[in-house]
Amino acid sequence: MKLITAVIKPHKVDEVIDALRSAGIQAITVTEVKGFGRQGGHTETYRGAEYTVDFTPKVKLEIVVDASAAAMATDVIQTTASAGKIGDGKIWVTPVEAVIRIRTGEQGKDAI
Amino acid sequence: MKRRLLIVGAAASVSTLVLAAPAMAQDGITAESVQVTLDNIWVLLAAVLVIFMQAGFALVEAGLTRAKSVANIMMKNLMDFSAGVIAFALVGFAIAFGPGNALFGTEGWFLDPGVFAEGYFGTLSLPTFFIFQVAFAATAATIVSGAMAERTKFKSYFVYSFVITALIYPIVVHWLWGGGWLSTLATPMIDFAGSTIVHSVGGWAALMGAIILGPRIGKYAKDGSPRAIPGHSIPFAIIGVFILFVGWFGFNPGSELAADGAVGYIALTTLIAGATGAVFATITVWLKTGVPDVAMAGNGTLAGLVAITAGTANVSNWGAALIGALAGIIVVFSVFFFEKRRVDDPVGAISVHGVCGAFGTLMVGLLATEGGLFYGDGFDQLLTQIVGVVAVFAFVTITSGLLFLAIKATIGLRVPPEEEVAGLDVIEHGAPGYGPDVLSTAPAAG
Repeated sequence: MKLITAVIKPHKVDEVIDALRSAGIQAITVTEVKGFGRQGGHTETYRGAEYTVDFTPKVKLEIVVDASAAAMATDVIQTTASAGKIGDGKIWVTPVEAVIRIRTGEQGKDAI
Repeated sequence: MKRRLLIVGAAASVSTLVLAAPAMAQDGITAESVQVTLDNIWVLLAAVLVIFMQAGFALVEAGLTRAKSVANIMMKNLMDFSAGVIAFALVGFAIAFGPGNALFGTEGWFLDPGVFAEGYFGTLSLPTFFIFQVAFAATAATIVSGAMAERTKFKSYFVYSFVITALIYPIVVHWLWGGGWLSTLATPMIDFAGSTIVHSVGGWAALMGAIILGPRIGKYAKDGSPRAIPGHSIPFAIIGVFILFVGWFGFNPGSELAADGAVGYIALTTLIAGATGAVFATITVWLKTGVPDVAMAGNGTLAGLVAITAGTANVSNWGAALIGALAGIIVVFSVFFFEKRRVDDPVGAISVHGVCGAFGTLMVGLLATEGGLFYGDGFDQLLTQIVGVVAVFAFVTITSGLLFLAIKATIGLRVPPEEEVAGLDVIEHGAPGYGPDVLSTAPAAG
């Protein structure tokens, strides 16, 4: 089993989730996050004075999938979330040791 | 039922005020008695509009400061009004309008009806006139809280509120509106609704408060350059500006103190100046910084309104447009000027009320259709306007400066740095302005 973590632009969230649903993904955790990468921060102006906003708002998606589905899922996210611009985000995949469904106690692949 | 009782109560109190008017005691309805009733109803309604401006000030100040001190700024607005009503009723009103000398009144403590007898205020009853005037006193007082926001001790601000409405503001009022020396000059000063008498008093006290307090932590970078500290709600600030704009139709036209033909005209010059102030401040800040800054546009609107307040009954429509437009330009440069000189005024109160109040008062000397220099009537009016503006500046900066220094030396003026960084709400008042839902993790208890 794999955990796919993707940090993407907020306005791409609906599109990416629709695409993942169509590809058969049934559960996604979505979190609003802030951070910086190559895109860096930006400046805003208030009453004539500029100030720097260091952290850009992003949305983090977390999806646990069977190892066999990981490549397909990352591919869906990458193609849908990409606008070809700096700041489009990043995807990484990590191994998952155990998954348990709280309601039934099912474990592993059955719990996904 | 409760609501109905309240409505009945309100209606009863209004009728009491109206019945208290002098001519109504006579039998029969005459043209004069109807005029007396109209005058009292209009001025009382105008007073309510001016009291509503307190909500505008509260929202502007809350919007342009940070969320962590929002309860504190709201509390200061509520308390400077409430403390101001008490102080002005007990002491201030007598100093302002009681019989006395050229500098202050000496009789009429706590609205003494023996001193303020029938006819003392023309057609207006004592209650009507007092409620209208106390609304103005509260306006002068509340201007200061914005300039001293986010770092002033609550109890110190409470003391200041009493003193300005009991002593400082009433003395200035007496000079012009209470029969004092500015009203008995060969060419009396023109400040119809109080650009100087009300707004500059608040603005100059705000200047001294901000200087003596010092800037907020973090306002200036290590190299001394000013940094932006964005307010937490532009919607609050602009709704506040609109409420103030509406309230100004009580402030200026109400100052006619009668329901007559001049009221509509005064409302028109008020409207024109507010609009040109907004537009020209927007253009100015846009050209200067590259963006049409919303908070600065709000300041421009108020700057136009403050500036027209002195000459609202004495200038033409073109004069009103010019005064508002120039005030809109001046306020932007004034905000930058004070910011560069380490006077941290989070809401621009010094520039809007002090600087543009003085500017609007001076412009009457040029643009009054009777007496103005531009209308061929010489320098007399302009000289009087200068004398009045300078005298009020000197008196208020000295007295309010001494007041703030006295408070600083006794109970202290500024909160400790750790409290300022954490926000004033929890430490000064017990809970944040935007509180947590403390029951969300304990549903079973309900």
